[in-house]
Amino acid sequence: MALNDTIDGDQPARISLLYDPKARSYFFQAVLLLALILGVWWIVDNTIENLTRSNISTGFGFLNGRAGFDISDQLIAYSSDSSYGRALIVGVINTAVVALAGIFTATIIGFIVGVGRLSKNWLIRKISTVYVEVFRNIPPLLVILFWYQGVLALLPGVRDSYSLPFGSFLNVRGFYFPRFIWSDGAWLVVAGFVVGIALSAFVARRAHVRQMATGQQFPVFLTSVGLILGLPILGLLLAGIPVSLEFPEKGTFNLTGGVNIKPEFLSLFLALSFYTASFIAEIVRAGIMGVSRGQSEAAAALGLSSGQSLRLVVVPQALRIIIPPLTSQYLNLTKNSSLAVAIGYPDLYAVGGTILNQTGQAIEIVVVFMVVYLSISLLTSLFMNWFNTRMALKER
Amino acid sequence: MKKIITGMLAVAALGVTSSVASADTLDDVKAKGFVQCGVNTGLAGFSAPDDKGEWTGLDVDFCRAVAAAVFGDGTKVKFTGLSAKDRFTALQSGEIDILSRNTTWTISRDTALGLNFGGVTYYDGQGFMINSKKIPGVNSALQLSGAAVCVQAGTTTELNLADYFKANKMEYNPVVFEKFEEANAAYDAGRCDAYTTDQSGLYAVRLQMASPDDHVVLPEIISKEPLGPSVRQGDDKWFDIVKWTYYALLNTEEAGITQANVDEMKNSENPDIRRLLGVEAETKIGTDLGLSNDWVVNIVKATGNYGEIFERNVGSGSPLKISRGINALWTKGGLQYGMPIR
Amino acid sequence: MQEHDLSWVRTEMAVAQAAPRSGAGPVVWARTNLFATPADTIMSLFALLLVVWFLPQILNWLFFSAVWSGTDRLACLTVDQGGELPPGWSGACWPFVLNRFGYFMFGRYPMDERWRVILCGVIFVALLVPLLTPRIPFKRLNAILFFGVFPFVAFLLLVGGYFGLEYVETPLWGGLMVTLVLSYVGIVVSLPLGIVLAMGRRSKMPIVKLLSVIFIETVRGVPLVTVLFMAAFMLPLFVPPGVSFDKLLRALIGVALFASAYMAEVIRGGLQAIPKGQYEGADSLGLGYWQKMGFIVMPQALKLVVPGIVNTFIGLFKDTTLVLIISMFDLLGVVKQSISGDPTWATPQTAKTGYIFAAAIFWVFCFGMSRYSQYMERRLDTGHRK
Repeated sequence: MALNDTIDGDQPARISLLYDPKARSYFFQAVLLLALILGVWWIVDNTIENLTRSNISTGFGFLNGRAGFDISDQLIAYSSDSSYGRALIVGVINTAVVALAGIFTATIIGFIVGVGRLSKNWLIRKISTVYVEVFRNIPPLLVILFWYQGVLALLPGVRDSYSLPFGSFLNVRGFYFPRFIWSDGAWLVVAGFVVGIALSAFVARRAHVRQMATGQQFPVFLTSVGLILGLPILGLLLAGIPVSLEFPEKGTFNLTGGVNIKPEFLSLFLALSFYTASFIAEIVRAGIMGVSRGQSEAAAALGLSSGQSLRLVVVPQALRIIIPPLTSQYLNLTKNSSLAVAIGYPDLYAVGGTILNQTGQAIEIVVVFMVVYLSISLLTSLFMNWFNTRMALKER
Repeated sequence: MKKIITGMLAVAALGVTSSVASADTLDDVKAKGFVQCGVNTGLAGFSAPDDKGEWTGLDVDFCRAVAAAVFGDGTKVKFTGLSAKDRFTALQSGEIDILSRNTTWTISRDTALGLNFGGVTYYDGQGFMINSKKIPGVNSALQLSGAAVCVQAGTTTELNLADYFKANKMEYNPVVFEKFEEANAAYDAGRCDAYTTDQSGLYAVRLQMASPDDHVVLPEIISKEPLGPSVRQGDDKWFDIVKWTYYALLNTEEAGITQANVDEMKNSENPDIRRLLGVEAETKIGTDLGLSNDWVVNIVKATGNYGEIFERNVGSGSPLKISRGINALWTKGGLQYGMPIR
Repeated sequence: MQEHDLSWVRTEMAVAQAAPRSGAGPVVWARTNLFATPADTIMSLFALLLVVWFLPQILNWLFFSAVWSGTDRLACLTVDQGGELPPGWSGACWPFVLNRFGYFMFGRYPMDERWRVILCGVIFVALLVPLLTPRIPFKRLNAILFFGVFPFVAFLLLVGGYFGLEYVETPLWGGLMVTLVLSYVGIVVSLPLGIVLAMGRRSKMPIVKLLSVIFIETVRGVPLVTVLFMAAFMLPLFVPPGVSFDKLLRALIGVALFASAYMAEVIRGGLQAIPKGQYEGADSLGLGYWQKMGFIVMPQALKLVVPGIVNTFIGLFKDTTLVLIISMFDLLGVVKQSISGDPTWATPQTAKTGYIFAAAIFWVFCFGMSRYSQYMERRLDTGHRK
C-alpha cells in the first residue's frame, strides 16, 4: 500500500481497485462467503428435500422415546424402559471410563518405557526401543482386535475358569474379582481418606515453608503415604471393619456376584494403553533429552543422588516440554476409544449407532457425537493448559 | 465447509459413480439400465456373495425378479452389501432403489423411517440357539435366565430380546455386535451362552459353526418377523412394481407356472393363466404398471416362481433345508397369498 | 551476620573414588552397560529373564511349532479338537494366510483382472523409488508423473471400463490394494489441502481465517470414525436425490479431509518457524502473495516439517483401517472377515495368525516410512548447517 502511494502517487485511483490488496481481500472474502452461503444453502435444501421425501421428522424430540434395547455395561441405572437420551449418557460414561483408565495406564507405561529408552542399561534400552517401534507402527484397531479375538477369546469357558489369587477368576467372559460390600460406618473410611489428603497437603506446605526458611527437609512423601493410607485403615478399624466381600461364584451360566470386567472393555483398555504408551514414551524421551545435560551434571555436582536429580531437577523441566504433546496424546486416546464399536463395547459411538438404526435420525446423532467429542477435547485442552501454565517456567 | 463442497464436487466430477436423477425411480432405473438392490453382506440362503462376487439367495432372487419385470432380463441388477446400520440411509438417500435385506416390516419403519414394504417374502420369527455341548440340559428359552446372549446391534431382534426377558422376568447379559459375523464368531468362541436372531438366520449360522451338530435351536419363537423388500415412500409407481412382482411370484406358483414350463403355459386355455402371462388379447395389465405385457413371463424365466426360489435358496435344494411351514401358499395352509392379477 | 543453620551444606569431604575402569572387551562392556550398579544388575537380570522366557515362546509359536501346509482347518487342529496335532499344541497356522493370500491382497477383485492391480503396483513402485532416492535426477518430471499422471493411469487400470478393460466395481475391491489406494489418495489430497488450510489459518483475511480455524479444530476434535460416519450416512442426504457416491469415494473423502486438518497444523508449525524477515524480504522484492508463499516461505517451511508430514502420513496409513467400521474391506477388514466369517479356517490359532500377518505388513510400511523420514531429516539438516 505504501508502495502504491509513493510510486503512483499521482493517479492511485485508476489501478487501485484491481491491484489494491485491501480491495482484493474484501472481494475475495465476499466471494468465499457467498460461495459458502450458497453451498450451505444447497446442502440444507437438499437435506430438507431428502428428509421430507422419505417422511423423516427432525429435531431432538426422539431422545425422550423409549430405547427398548439393553446395554451390557452401565454405571448408571438403565433398562430397556429408559429413554434414548439416557442410553446416550450411558454411552458417554462408558467412553469416559475407558478413556480415563486408558490414560492412567498409558501414562505409567509410557513414562517407564520413555525413561527406559534413556537408561544406561543396554538391555532395558533395547527392550524399550523394540516396544516403542512395534506398537507405534501398528494400527490401534488391529491391536484391539488382536486382544479380543486373538487372546481373550481363547480363554477357557466358565466351567474351566482360571482361578487367580484373592478369589478372582479369568475366563472367556472376562475377569471376575470380589466386590466390597460396605455397611454402616463406611463413612469413617471415606472421612479418614479425605482428612488424610487434607493433612498431607498441609504437611507438604509446612515442610516447604520450613525448608525455604531453614533448609531442613522433612520426609513429606512417606508422611503423606502414611496419612492417606493410615487414616482410612484407622477409620476401618474404628468402625469395626464394616465391609464384607462378595466372591464370584459359579451360577447356571456365568459366574455370579463379584465384579466382572468384560473382555470387550479389557481388550479396548489394554490396546489403547499399550498403543498410546508407545507415543507417550517417545514424548517423555524427547522431554528428558530436551533438558540440557548441564542440569543433571549440576545436580550431580550438588551431591543429589540420581533419583533426586531426576525427581527434583530433570523431570520438572522435562514436564514443560512433555505436557503439550502429552495433551494431544490424551485426546487421541479418547478419540480412539470410539473404535470400541468394532468389538461391541457400548461406548458413545456404538450406542449412537444403535439409536440411529432404531430411529433413523442420522443428523441429530452426528450432532450429538460432534458436541460430545468436541466438549471432551475442549475440557481436556483447558485442563492441560491450566496445568501447563502452573508448570511453566516462572521467570523472575 | 466450502472446501468440503468443492472437494466433494471435484472428486464427483471425476465421475467415479454419480447418476443424477429425478423422483421417478422407474425412469431412473430404466435410464441407468439396472436396478440397484441393497442386500445383506452375507446371510446364507438370503443373500451372500460367493468367491467370484456372484450373489445368491432368496432376497437376491427377488431383486432379480424385479429387474426381469423392468428389463426382461434378470441380470440387469447390481447389489450393494449393507449392514443393519447403513441399510435405511442407503435407501433414503437413493443409493439403492430397493432394499431386500431380511428386513422386518414394522409400523415405525413404515412411518418414521419412511419405508414402504412391498410384501412379505419370508415369514420368520426370532429364536435362540445354544451349544448343547457346553450347556447341556437347556431345552427351553425360559431356562436362559442369567445367560449371556449374543445379538446384532440396531435390529428388531435386539428390541425383542429385551422385551422377552423383561416379560418373563429373567435377567440376561446382552453382548451386542455391529455385524452379523462378529456376533457369530463371538458365540462360537463361547463369549455367549445363546445366540439370537431370526430362525432362518439361526439355521444359516449353525452351518457356519465349527461343529454344527453341537448347536441346538430352541423351540420358542419370541416374535413375528415378517421379512420383505421395501422402497422409499413417495413413489407409488415403483412401489406398485415391487409389490406386484411379489404377487406375480406367488400367483405363478399357485397356477403351477414354473421356469421350465412357462413358454408352454403361454398356450394354455385357462383364462387366468393367459391373463397372468399377458397373452390375453388387448391386455393392458403390464403397460399400466409401466412395464411390458410379458413382465410375468420375464420374471418366471429369470428366477422361477416363489416356490422355486424358496426351495433353491433355503428349502430342500439348499444346505439350510428349511421346510415351507407358514411360508407355504394359502392353498396349502400357509400365509403366502397372492393378490389377484386381473 | 548469617546465623542460619547451614545444614544443607556439606562439611566433610566425600570419600574419593577409584578412577573408572577403561578398556574394551565384552566383560567391560557388560560391566558398564548391564551391571554398572546393583540396581542395574537386578534390572538386567529381570529383563534377561523376561527375554529368555518370552522370546523362545514367541519364536516357537511363529516358526518352529507352526503349521506350514494344509488345505483347511484340520491342518491346524489338535486331536481333541478334531485334527491331528498333539494335544496342547499351539502355533501359527500359516496355511490360512497362504491359502487366503490373494484375497488379502486384492479382495474379491476378479482373478483374471488382477494383473491390472499388479501392473498398477509396479508402476507405483517404479515411480516412487526414483522419487525417494536423492541421487536420481529428473525429480520434477518424476513428481509430475507420480502426483499428476499416475492417479489417472491407476484410475483407468483399476476401475476399467475403457480401452477394452473390463469394468470392476469398487465393492469388489479389497485387501491391501484398498489400504494403499486410500492412503495414496489421502496423501495426495491432504498435502495440498493442508497447505491451503494452513495458509488460510495464518491469513490476514478474517473470514478466511475463521473458516479455516473452524474446519481444522472441528475435524481435529472428533474421532475419524465420526467423520467416516458423516461421509457414509450424511453425505447421501446432502446431495440431490438420486446422486449417489461410491462407498469407496465416500471413505476417500472422509479420510482425506481428516488428514488435511492434521496436515494443516503440521504445516502451520513450519510457517510459524519462518522468521519474519523472510516474509518482509519477499515483500520488499515486490513478490505477490502466491509468489512469496510459493518461492520463499513454503519451501523453507515444508523442509522444516518433513518429519511431521511423514508422521501424519503414517497416521493416515494406520487410520485407513477404520474404514472397516463402515463395512469396507481394507487389509484389516479382509483379514477380520476371513477370521470371523469363514468356517473353513475356524481354529483357535487363526485369529492370532491372521492379525500377526496383518500387523507385520502394516509395521513394514509404517516403519519404512518413519525410517525414511529420519534419513531425509538428516539429509536436509546437513544442507542447512553447511
